[in-house]
Amino acid sequence: MAYNLKEVMANKPSRLTAGHRMCAGCGAPPAVRMILRALHKEDHAVVSVATGCLEVSTYIYPYTAWTDSYLHTAFECTAAAESGVEAAYKVLKKKGKLPQDKNTKFIAFGGDGGTYDIGLQSLSGAMERGHDMVYVCYDNGAYMNTGIQRSSATPKFADTTTSPAGKKVPGKTQVRKDLTEIFANHHIPYAAQTICLNNFKDIYEKAEKAIYTEGPTFLNVFAPCPRGWGYPTEDLMLINKLAVETCYWPLYEVIDGKYVINYKPKNKLPVEEFLKPQKRFKHMFKPGNEWMIEEFQKIVDARWEKLLNLEKISE
Amino acid sequence: MKIRERLSGNEAAAIAMKQINPDVVAAFPITPSTEIPQYFSTFVSNGVVDTEFIAVESEHSAMSACIGAQAAGARAMTATSANGLSLMWEMIYIASSLRLPIVMSLVNRAVSGPLNIHNDHSDAMGVRDSGWIQLFSETNQEAYDNLLMAHKIAENEKVLLPLMVCQDGFITSHAIENIVLEDDDTVKKFVGEYKPKHYLLNDKEPIAVGPLDLQSYLFEHKRQQAEAMKNAKQVIIDVANEFEKLTGRKYGLIEEYKLEDADIAIVCMNSTAGTAKHTADIMRNRGIKAGVLKIRVFRPFPSIEIANALKNIKAVAILDKADSLNAVGGPLFTDITSALYVNKINISAVNYIYGIGGRDTTQDDIEKVYNDLQKIVETGNIENPYRYLGVRGDDK
Repeated sequence: MAYNLKEVMANKPSRLTAGHRMCAGCGAPPAVRMILRALHKEDHAVVSVATGCLEVSTYIYPYTAWTDSYLHTAFECTAAAESGVEAAYKVLKKKGKLPQDKNTKFIAFGGDGGTYDIGLQSLSGAMERGHDMVYVCYDNGAYMNTGIQRSSATPKFADTTTSPAGKKVPGKTQVRKDLTEIFANHHIPYAAQTICLNNFKDIYEKAEKAIYTEGPTFLNVFAPCPRGWGYPTEDLMLINKLAVETCYWPLYEVIDGKYVINYKPKNKLPVEEFLKPQKRFKHMFKPGNEWMIEEFQKIVDARWEKLLNLEKISE
Repeated sequence: MKIRERLSGNEAAAIAMKQINPDVVAAFPITPSTEIPQYFSTFVSNGVVDTEFIAVESEHSAMSACIGAQAAGARAMTATSANGLSLMWEMIYIASSLRLPIVMSLVNRAVSGPLNIHNDHSDAMGVRDSGWIQLFSETNQEAYDNLLMAHKIAENEKVLLPLMVCQDGFITSHAIENIVLEDDDTVKKFVGEYKPKHYLLNDKEPIAVGPLDLQSYLFEHKRQQAEAMKNAKQVIIDVANEFEKLTGRKYGLIEEYKLEDADIAIVCMNSTAGTAKHTADIMRNRGIKAGVLKIRVFRPFPSIEIANALKNIKAVAILDKADSLNAVGGPLFTDITSALYVNKINISAVNYIYGIGGRDTTQDDIEKVYNDLQKIVETGNIENPYRYLGVRGDDK
């Protein structure tokens, strides 16, 4: 059945309810809601969330916004904890202790701090062991929950509270890690990069594939942060659109090792279109700092070229 | 039916786990406990257990996976030692705070640094306030028996706390001793089926586990945890009584050896109790009324029972296989002297830090302690209550 946003919204009520405390204009909640909507209505899910914004804002005792079963343990181990839940499911189902005619799916969420950095080992282990689960990284490019500290997902030159743009150091001095590539190279059946865009088709369909592909799957979701990036809350979808149109955040899937780029802009916008509306890149637009924008553009171009090549050679 | 065997402590623990047949085992190799997951994965490979074995990439993930599995509604177990437990430390507290009755086989080893793979109790002592029940085992038989009793204690509704069974690395884990095993059916019946009230995999009742728990509630949750640890004491006794009826092997919170008429006594845990009992016999042959108090249950701490057991002793030496680096004494010493004070028992007490990093503790060492106690009884003098046993340059 072809994707239809109206039908999805009408038939599948959000499994993350209203009343949570995520900020207005944050990229994470719409992504989470859409990913959970990709679950078949009759399926139960056990969601595991790493310590972070999403976690502290959605289950503050005694109130939870999650309608599925939910587990939070700590920052760096949400993949390991979820792998334990999945292992329990396998054995209890085999022993006949769970209903045979019903399915439970396993989805873990972590921010970029909990995934690119402190949770990388735990996630790598869980993916390598082949648990039937989806790991979703909502990537907002810094430790937002603790107050916008740089992570290995923070782009070069970004101003954060631990990579401040100062008189001598122009923001973060290192390039960001490519996490989607890292997990594509775990040789898992499905890894993808996605975003909330237009009618949410891309994220919904990728979530459905990730959830219903047997084995370990990985989604990297671009999730802007109005506080950390410095954009007006109403511009969330605009920032997302610019990330895609500049090829800063390419939309692609790796299905059993085969690369598929889901969107190739006809007219690839210069990356400064993406940088300009965000305060964290403000210093790059000062006279004399043109080299920063040039260098940023080179990084984006190189990664886009590489991706095009990966698609070509894996055909 | 009883089975007479000869097994190492690690084999005994692995066989107990086989007979318990837990739903999930998540473990990572670390000396000297490595053999436990090794033997256990052979049971998995040969289909003699139904368990999902998760060969995790670290101990932190081992405990995280156990937490996930137990919260999901499964019975989860793990095994580790020393630095493995240190790496788990964050999750150790989370396991007990989420009230998940996970069972661990802890093969005690010195925590780094510098690196040392041999026995002391610094690993277990590092988590003594974490809300885990801690049982110590003198022999392979006790390591086996304690594991058979573990789930019935941990899973009791009044308790719901994780539990670790300790045994001495290499000294018991790798030494082969005679052991009596119960048959599989007997164990299965005794351990019983795990039926959690609330669990993640119950689709009819989705639950949320592990909240952000702020000023309005965390204190009450911690208070409930403390109450559960208090409740554990009676449950441990009840389970031991049931176990005795089944096997004939008797266990208490503590074990008193020739304490009734003793003038001097040594308190210790795990395998040293064997050497201490043997030495007490030798002292008694010389006409010295020596006794031993072995602590089987360290958490919950049997304060009243210890005070009662020691009330007629003239001088007691408390042996700690872990130092506290607090400038006053080891953890067992400070707990026991506090128990004596609170229960208004005023006897002479000294502390010996011993056996660190696998330093052998011989009959001669224990004799020295008894001789020191004799001197204390004679003179009434304790020059220094915080002492070391068997360390160079400090051994006067």
